Amino acid sequence: MSALAVGRLDVTLLGRRVLGDVDLAVPSGSWVTLVGPNGAGKSTLLKAVAGAVEHAGSIGLDEVSLDGMRSRERARQVAFVPQEPTRPDGMNVVDYVLLGRTPYVPYFAVESASDVAVVEELLDTLELRELADRPVTSLSGGEFQRAVLARALAQQAPLLLLDEPTSSLDLGHAQQVLELVDELRVDRGLTVVSALHDLTTAGQFADRLVLLVDGEVVAEGPVREVLTEKLISAHYGAAVRVVHDADGGVVVVPVRERTARLTKRTDGA
Amino acid sequence: MKTTPPQRPARDDTAPVRPVRLTAGPLLLAVSVLLVVMLLGMTIGPAGLPVRGVLVELVGHVPGVDVAGGLDEQDTAVLWELRVPRVVLGMMVGGMLAIAGAGYQGVFRNPLADPYLLGVAAGAGLGATFAIVSGTDRAFVPLFAFTGGLAGVAATYALGRSAGGRSVNSLILAGVAVSAFFAAIQTYVNQRNSDSLREVYGWILGRLLTAGWDEVLTILPYVAVATAVIFGHRRLLDVLSVGQDEAGSLGVPAARVRLLVVLAATLGTAAAVAVSGLIGFVGIVVPHIVRMLTGTSYRIILPLSALLGAAFLVAADLAARTLISPGELPVGVLTAFIGAPFFTLVLRSTRRSW
Ligand SMILES: Nc1ncnc2c1ncn2[C@@H]1O[C@H](COP(=O)(O)OP(=O)(O)O)[C@@H](O)[C@H]1O
Ligand SMILES: [Mg+2]
Repeated sequence: MSALAVGRLDVTLLGRRVLGDVDLAVPSGSWVTLVGPNGAGKSTLLKAVAGAVEHAGSIGLDEVSLDGMRSRERARQVAFVPQEPTRPDGMNVVDYVLLGRTPYVPYFAVESASDVAVVEELLDTLELRELADRPVTSLSGGEFQRAVLARALAQQAPLLLLDEPTSSLDLGHAQQVLELVDELRVDRGLTVVSALHDLTTAGQFADRLVLLVDGEVVAEGPVREVLTEKLISAHYGAAVRVVHDADGGVVVVPVRERTARLTKRTDGA
Repeated sequence: MKTTPPQRPARDDTAPVRPVRLTAGPLLLAVSVLLVVMLLGMTIGPAGLPVRGVLVELVGHVPGVDVAGGLDEQDTAVLWELRVPRVVLGMMVGGMLAIAGAGYQGVFRNPLADPYLLGVAAGAGLGATFAIVSGTDRAFVPLFAFTGGLAGVAATYALGRSAGGRSVNSLILAGVAVSAFFAAIQTYVNQRNSDSLREVYGWILGRLLTAGWDEVLTILPYVAVATAVIFGHRRLLDVLSVGQDEAGSLGVPAARVRLLVVLAATLGTAAAVAVSGLIGFVGIVVPHIVRMLTGTSYRIILPLSALLGAAFLVAADLAARTLISPGELPVGVLTAFIGAPFFTLVLRSTRRSW
């Protein structure tokens, strides 16, 4: 059964068609990653699912349409980690994570004890307790990313959208965050849709990939079928070598064409 | 392999996690400041009243307390018919302007947003001028002012958006343009109605001169509603600090929140303007000081701004009516004297971060 079903999604921004006729089906409990060159429309697609962008077409979660849902209701179904989350001045980690409880806090009211309990549990899960009183502006990239993740998880939504969650992290922290998402996905039965620019990492942490180019889906399927030298060089304008490692992983290595030619020539000589 | 980051002395793991809230210290301090200023406002004046007598008289009015009057009959009349209503009105106007300023700042995510700079005050002034010139019943002046204030903020916002998105500068410049435009219309209206010029002019400069409790009762319902609505949004204003898009994905109906807060702040400002005239800078100065001293959460900013805004205006009014005694300065002149240089400071400090 597919949890998220996007049908014929169309988005036009400032008179430009940014997404055209995008269909997407994400099985419940799986992890689908959007890849594609800069400006392909990955962020726009995620924002549309999160309800932050005007669009035509249908977006449904478990057979229920998300369009026309009140923002509060929608935020209980879909949690979104934006590409560049704002760090509000003067807010500490506890209050930042508590923002995720907004869809459960009645209008005119403040958080209840049960909201605080949800957040306490998340602070432990994401190893944020020591940072609880720190202003978010003082956190390192990795620490802040965990806080943003905690905020999204506090929404207790079955669908988690991650837009380039590792773009500001080094290799180790990137892996840690993605491992954490994967654990949480399994533990809590979440469905995850992410956008990642690093193709090798994308291959390691997704069940399926969707290659988006100029607002259209040009390939989709298991990692091995999407990460091919042909597709990548055609759509990224990059020279790469795709290496399949022993345990089924796919490694995408950029190569420098001049060097490649030189090597060939010396081989021939 | 996991590395443990031992940056800071470890936080006590058993320490309770709790949402940001107003702590007792700053609250007590603000209440004390207000009480002292209130007492000064009630005792100082052309007829000086004894502090002790005023205290006894006030305490005597607390239900259930029975102490003999500490003032003679004449002083009692001065206290209850002149001083107390004036202090109460000053508190309501000052508190309201400060809360309204904080509300606009939260909604526009701009520390310089203020009834003055957003064209609200000019619009409200024009509305009230129309009401005075046309001889409308005093009780309806706030409604005229409200309509004008709404027109002012709407025009400023629309102009600011069309000129350059949501940047600080475009909003403020739009506010200046709208205010100038409204002021021009107001001048024209006054020219055509020179018989009421004095009344309108005295009113524009801002004064808390009151005939008694009438003004207090006139604005009470407006101030109560506006304050309740803005306070009700204290948490949502905090959520808005992550920006409209993110707040939306967190389930905040951002457009509705902005509309409600702007309506409430404009209604409150209009009511204040309708009885006191144009009193500038309270809405910038007070929330800004609170922010510097205690933090950025509206759960703290709003209550402390209300208390300190009230104290600020009562103090300014006290200065206005004693500095050139027996004459009286318009209180708006005094708040501008303090506020304008302060505004420059705020502008300088925000240039870096906004
Ligand atoms: N708010 C916007 N207004 C106009 N165009 C936009 C806006 N946001 C994104 N775009 C355009 O839409 C296209 C897709 O952007 P985006 O979804 O951010 O791509 P990606 O995340 O794949 O890099 C880009 O060409 C970008 O310039
Ligand atoms: Mg993007």
